[in-house]
Amino acid sequence: MNRLRAYLLRHAQMLVGSLGRLARQPFASLLTAAVIGIALALPLCLELILQNAGAATSAWNDAFEISVYLDKGVSGERAQAIQKELERRDDVATVRLVTPAQALAEFRVNSGFGSALDALADNPLPTTLLVTPSLAASTTEGTTALKTAIGAIAGVATAQLDSEWVQRLDAILELLRRVVLLTAALLAIGVLLIIGNTIRLDIANRRAEIEVMKLVGATDRFARRPFLWTGFWYGLSGGLIAIGLVAVVEFAIGGPTARLAALYGSSFQLNGLAWPTVGGTVLGAAALGWIGAWLTASQHIREIHPH
Amino acid sequence: MIRFESVYKRYPTGREALAGLSFAVERGEMAFLTGPSGAGKSSILKLIALIERPTRGQVIVAQQNTAALKARAIPQFRREVGVVFQDHKLLHDRPVADNVALPLIVAGVPERETTKRVRAALDQVGLLGREKSRPMELSTGEQQRVGIARAIVAKPPLLIADEPTGNLDPALALEIMRVFKRLNDVGVTVLIATHDLHLIEQFPARRIVLGDGRIMADTAPAALAAATSTAASLAAAAAAATPAAPASA
Repeated sequence: MNRLRAYLLRHAQMLVGSLGRLARQPFASLLTAAVIGIALALPLCLELILQNAGAATSAWNDAFEISVYLDKGVSGERAQAIQKELERRDDVATVRLVTPAQALAEFRVNSGFGSALDALADNPLPTTLLVTPSLAASTTEGTTALKTAIGAIAGVATAQLDSEWVQRLDAILELLRRVVLLTAALLAIGVLLIIGNTIRLDIANRRAEIEVMKLVGATDRFARRPFLWTGFWYGLSGGLIAIGLVAVVEFAIGGPTARLAALYGSSFQLNGLAWPTVGGTVLGAAALGWIGAWLTASQHIREIHPH
Repeated sequence: MIRFESVYKRYPTGREALAGLSFAVERGEMAFLTGPSGAGKSSILKLIALIERPTRGQVIVAQQNTAALKARAIPQFRREVGVVFQDHKLLHDRPVADNVALPLIVAGVPERETTKRVRAALDQVGLLGREKSRPMELSTGEQQRVGIARAIVAKPPLLIADEPTGNLDPALALEIMRVFKRLNDVGVTVLIATHDLHLIEQFPARRIVLGDGRIMADTAPAALAAATSTAASLAAAAAAATPAAPASA
């Protein structure tokens, strides 16, 4: 019990002692922490963008609407017949009929090509049916099946799934998510190497001290311990710097993002990193520091033989 | 306690420091290793402290064959052997107390016990009150004594010292030798490498004389007893020559 207390006390002393040692060389220590911080900030910024892109597009994911364009020669009665036929289907909730005249009027208002449209001899727009699938069919598979069925109806020119581009966007986001993970993994290895190299130099500088400790009976584990705490501090401070950098990035792009969103008529606002991500980054960085130091110190301290 | 069996030591430079040397030091014995520099004194101590390995032959310390000792058993082994180094080997960025406490700290001795034993060890070498000094602020002789305090703080059953009085004035050297003698009196095996023949004369201990990596003479304390009386007068002369002798402090 006494031994355990002594052991924990020594650990606590080394924890503080290693911090004090770093504080005695503030510039060099800060430089190392900053390198780690920048390396970690890169994947975090990508994560920030992805997280917000995901949030911005999630509202559109329910928009499973099928636009059905009818052949040019289809009559008004035939269009209404197709509308009735579709409304009878189980997988369809509502069908809205848009006549060429209505479509032209809408287009005139929204596009700003009013006077140019006047020059047209006849209305080029087809009759359109806007089909909203039933709730049960509002899945990728359900809407795709519905789209195929509608496409087979006589008089239908094309059926277009409006959510197709959302799905493509989702696929792109998924791809980017993988890229972020890979980048994060590579940079984590980079952080391990940075810390390993710093600790290696640290050990070389304190070689005489380690030799003396070994001469009076220190185990490799004992001699290694202060370096593990040094690595821990490097990692922790690097993680905090990374979070700080991301906060700066958030602040810098938050305004422009809101303005861009406003131009699209959206009230979308940039969200900061989720708290679990922030906590995970800081703890993960500290753990990386510890592991990096452990890998290096284990090897280099074993190789030191007093003479 | 220590047994050398036809030990050879050849360094990578090609220098042969020990050439088939055999001797033994019993438990509780006190012995001096003497001889000209380069005779192999330091090599013997390094082999005992497992800093070097013999090229051939066997070194047995405390019933353990050092050649058979695994790397992970070395720290525990070294805790049983107190070593006074010729170049002190102190940590210059730590205060005296931390330097002396090091063997206890690496062994996981609780803090209160450590503080107590550090004070006791510093008291023995006459440095009580200098706990907070840095080694750089001390004279070479004082640094030497810090090294001695560190070697004895963990109360090892075996103490080896390489020129422990090399940088001390005669009176102080005598005082340090008395510290070693006191330890020996309570059962610690002591082996001291020194070329200070003048000092050795004052202590009736076994004397192993080295030359060219071999043992030239091995004199038992009985044979020296006769010389002790002259040694005592020499000691008195040395004490008189140094008015501020810490022996009286």
